Amino acid sequence: MIRLCLLAFATLAAPALAANGPLLAQACAGCHGPNAAGQEATPGIAGVPAATIVAQMNAFRANERPATIMGRIARGYSDAEIAAIAEYLASRR
Amino acid sequence: MSRITRRALGAGIPALLTAPAFAQAPAARLVIIGGGFGGASAANFARRQYPWLDVTLIEPKTRFVTCPYGNLLLAGLRDLNSISFGYERLAARGARVIHDWADAIDPTARTVRLRGGASVAYDRLIVSPGIALRYGAIEGYDQAAEAIFPHAWVPGEGQQTLLLRRQLEALPDGGVVGLAIPDNPFRCPPGPYERISMIASYLKRHKPRAKILAFDTKNAFSKQGLFQDAWNALYPGMIDWIPANRDGRILRVDPAARVFESEFGVRHRVDVGNVIPPQSAGGIAISAGLANESGWVPVDSLTFESRRVPGIHVIGDATIAPPMPKSGYVANSTAKQAVAAIAALLRGEAPPPAPVYFNTCYSHVGAEYGISIVGVFRPNAERTGFVETPNSGGVSPRGDLPEQRRLEALYADAWYGSITADMFG
Ligand SMILES: Cc1cc2nc3c(=O)[nH]c(=O)nc-3n(C[C@H](O)[C@H](O)[C@H](O)COP(=O)(O)OP(=O)(O)OC[C@H]3O[C@@H](n4cnc5c(N)ncnc54)[C@H](O)[C@@H]3O)c2cc1C
Ligand code: HEC
Repeated sequence: MIRLCLLAFATLAAPALAANGPLLAQACAGCHGPNAAGQEATPGIAGVPAATIVAQMNAFRANERPATIMGRIARGYSDAEIAAIAEYLASRR
Repeated sequence: MSRITRRALGAGIPALLTAPAFAQAPAARLVIIGGGFGGASAANFARRQYPWLDVTLIEPKTRFVTCPYGNLLLAGLRDLNSISFGYERLAARGARVIHDWADAIDPTARTVRLRGGASVAYDRLIVSPGIALRYGAIEGYDQAAEAIFPHAWVPGEGQQTLLLRRQLEALPDGGVVGLAIPDNPFRCPPGPYERISMIASYLKRHKPRAKILAFDTKNAFSKQGLFQDAWNALYPGMIDWIPANRDGRILRVDPAARVFESEFGVRHRVDVGNVIPPQSAGGIAISAGLANESGWVPVDSLTFESRRVPGIHVIGDATIAPPMPKSGYVANSTAKQAVAAIAALLRGEAPPPAPVYFNTCYSHVGAEYGISIVGVFRPNAERTGFVETPNSGGVSPRGDLPEQRRLEALYADAWYGSITADMFG
């Protein structure tokens, strides 16, 4: 059910979303620090290779990686959105 | 931004947009009313991401005291200084900060009149005035009553929260703390219940025989199961939550006699009373005709432009945005899309499509005990409202999970540091 829904969304909206990466990643800044460089107990996610972020987000989504909150967050984004966010975060140093 | 550029802009934006001399984009005047969660986030984001925007922020206070973490002050876990922020860094980023009230908006001339008399011209205006308290909606609760029964629900200079704290300190052991909690929609749905928890945390240490009577206009509330689990575990027997169906609606108060009176006429004597009254959009949203008959502001859910007055974008608690809560995180998240949409519109481009609006509200229920709710939202296809993304978000898991609770209290602190840096850093 979840998969189907996200896939449908991703296929329909993919081209526009890549350009939207910087804006989508703004939501992450509210916890991971203004430049996503880490804030107190919350780890930094800027400058991390895109493939690593995508893998971590997929693991959070599937509850394969223990998390207090990231599972609930990661399930809110489509594959295309996660790819766009990861691409942007990877480009940040 | 040079004066000449600005004046030239006023003369004709479309001509300038196509002029080859402006390879990037022309300067344009973004004026923002309100320097709280929506307004400060918008000003900061605009200066960082769109340096060609000429940003003016209008906010009467020189120090902003956040509502978030105000409840921790009641428990003695924070002091006022640690939840207060100045506008110096925003000014250093190039935002022009004017400490004054915006008294009127002329949407035809595109100007804002300040209480000091001056007038500020805009090309696009953001209004994020927060809420106004509806004095009189609870009989007997006028502005004078807040000196006896504090609300502590709007930022102010922190006096209301400090007053409530002093009253708790003066409470005799065995005394009664009453809360009156409003119906939806209101600012910060989990806020009253975090407050109950933080008051209980203080009482447990200092007045263990005191009681909390929480009178509610509703029959259910945000993160209810998690809050009630925590209350039973941490503060057994101390908190009585009285929903509407147990005569919890407080319709009248008598501050002099320190009485809350219920829908069915029962008079409850309290030693300390925290009245959180019904609310509306902030005054300027009403006087400028942005709000509809509900007292809140309808907006385009892609651009946050008012559905009633063109050229004015409204964000934060003042808007009609269910199922999104009236939270600081939503104000911050939607501020960024509003600024991005404004930047696009000023350049004659389409606003960024397919945005995601984001919320997390952490609540502290004990010193090392945190819980959270997450929401991931999008505009609907008609741009008339918002939808929550299916199968995502939701509340922390229930059960005996001490490590989850301990970590969420730590991550809550990180959220607070992060979002306030995003606004004022
Ligand atoms: C006890 C409590 C706890 C909370 N905890 C959380 C939390 O943990 N997480 C969370 O996300 N949210 C929380 N909130 C909610 C959060 O405070 C609000 O949602 C947020 O402040 C809304 O932002 P805003 O910009 O709409 O309004 P505000 O932040 O209130 O800012 C409005 C600003 O506009 C200014 N203003 C008003 N009128 C004018 C005018 N005419 N001219 C110029 N300036 C004007 C005001 O001075 C004010 O500074 C909490 C709220 C409370 C009460
Ligand atoms: C409400 C706060 C919050 C928000 C918003 C948030 N995160 Fe997180 N993030 C956390 C926390 C807390 C952790 C630690 C894991 C946990 O407990 O969930 C984490 C961990 C991570 C990790 C693992 C990092 C590592 O090195 O272990 C990644 C990747 C990540 N987040 C990506 C994101 C992205 C991408 C976004 C934006 C779409 C985002 N986060 C938004 C709080 C947040």
